[in-house]
Amino acid sequence: MTNFRNHLYFLLLGALALIVLPYFISSRFYIDVLTLIFFTAYLGQSWNILGGYAGQFSFGGVMFFGTGAYVSSILLTTFGFPPIFGIFLAILGGAFLGLIVGYMSFRSGLKGSYFALITLAFAELLRVLANSVEFTGGGVGLFLTYAPGLSNLQFESPVGFYYFALILMFISIAIVYWLESSRFGAQLVAIRENEDAAEALGINTLKCKIYAIMIMGAMGGAAGTFYAQKYLYLDPPIAYSIHLSVEMLLVTIVGGMGTIFGPLVGAFVLHTVNEIARHFIDTPGLSLIVYGLILIIIIGYLPNGLIGAFKKKEKKSDSTSLDKKTSRGDS
Amino acid sequence: MLKVNNVTKRFGGLVAVSSVDLEVNEKEIVSLIGPNGAGKTTLFAMVAGFLKADEGKVDFENASVLGMRPHQICKLGMVRTFQITQPFAGLTTLENIMVGAYSNTSETDLARTKAEEVAEVVGMTSLLNQGADGLTVAGRKRLELARALATDPKLLLLDEVMAGLNPTEIDDIVTVIKGIRDRGVTIFLIEHVMKAVMNLSDRTYVLNDGKLIASGTPSSVAEDPQVIEAYLGHGAAEAMAEGA
Repeated sequence: MTNFRNHLYFLLLGALALIVLPYFISSRFYIDVLTLIFFTAYLGQSWNILGGYAGQFSFGGVMFFGTGAYVSSILLTTFGFPPIFGIFLAILGGAFLGLIVGYMSFRSGLKGSYFALITLAFAELLRVLANSVEFTGGGVGLFLTYAPGLSNLQFESPVGFYYFALILMFISIAIVYWLESSRFGAQLVAIRENEDAAEALGINTLKCKIYAIMIMGAMGGAAGTFYAQKYLYLDPPIAYSIHLSVEMLLVTIVGGMGTIFGPLVGAFVLHTVNEIARHFIDTPGLSLIVYGLILIIIIGYLPNGLIGAFKKKEKKSDSTSLDKKTSRGDS
Repeated sequence: MLKVNNVTKRFGGLVAVSSVDLEVNEKEIVSLIGPNGAGKTTLFAMVAGFLKADEGKVDFENASVLGMRPHQICKLGMVRTFQITQPFAGLTTLENIMVGAYSNTSETDLARTKAEEVAEVVGMTSLLNQGADGLTVAGRKRLELARALATDPKLLLLDEVMAGLNPTEIDDIVTVIKGIRDRGVTIFLIEHVMKAVMNLSDRTYVLNDGKLIASGTPSSVAEDPQVIEAYLGHGAAEAMAEGA
């Protein structure tokens, strides 16, 4: 925590670098890759709040993304409701879905793999539902019109989406930064570490877990609007893809669960590895194997993620200096 | 302050706690003793809201706490510790105690100050920045005490905070508990260490096979033939009397 404050200067510098970066990159490809990294980091961060901090692993995080995407897109296609306001309803929709799923599963005491499975089931249920009802466009999907402009949250240049994703990611980091130093964050961590003890010490564990999944839902909802306005097409397999659920937990686990920058680091590393593998390996499918191998190595050797591995080293040098201080104080 | 009235708990066919009545008054240190499996921890769990009693009433400050969840009971001022210590292993001692302190404030700075204060009371100041998973048994027991104390309880339910400690450590923690009582906190404790029970408690209840078999001052209870039999087996009281 104090480390974080000490490094604040460098962080602001890093943020500034990301802000001016598009002026130095002319390649549309790199801008797109970076946009995708921010987007995944943002989604990873939403997973991180419930999974990394509160210790409740969800396997269906995509349900909030898909629901948010449908909320703002249906409002747009049916009522002409501008996405710049629609995104807020998407956020509300995601939070509300979080409330329902959270209440139903936490109320009945689901934990661990049972909770993971129930979230997976909810996401699948929504996918099937979106496929069979009419107002989502069913299996045909929804086509959004291309009409760049801020009110549509569409941009002519990919740089516009770069900033959109960057803002989302900054917001997500701000939320988690607040968590790290707030009572609510401490209560979530207490629940993760030992739920009975947390309850005994006056923490309303049910309420806290529901709040956490609602924050995750709200964040996912906004991501849905982003995606829909960027790619202008939505159908149930995209909106509720298991792949995205896996990706948001993967970047967080690789980067470091329960850390501020874990999801960003994880998203950056995994996307970079993926792009490099695709770029240098021509044999189809082989790049995926390389990607998978690197994933196995990271998860196998760094159980606390990349940030965790780095922190451990720092902690070691930290504690030794502390020992010296206290022993000096004693003598 | 705490009134337990005719409380019963069954696990299937087993009656773990059977129509127990007891009372803890303000500013008292009351102990609950009994052989292993007597139902002491089950009784605590019911009082603190972790288990639901099948029958009976539990009143805290003249209001029923039956059916409340543990965090609500904690907010009323009654908090328990765990016999098997339950530290937040990934956090430091300070962060552990702060979780307790947060029950009364949402300000991080206030919670930290409170946690440091409590650490001083239980003698953990030098361990504040150490990870809770690296604490010794004695350290963990103290941490249980500290976290509970940080919630500013009126009544502390201590479940075997001395088990596994060596005599010096027991003396230390007895001093700490007396200090806590002197600060105005009422204490109800489960304990096996007889020396500490004798030394600490104003009154003692003895539980055996889920039933209360004796109550009174520690010394009178220790001479009760029923209590001796519960601990040493049938006929032991007679044998002891003959021997004397």
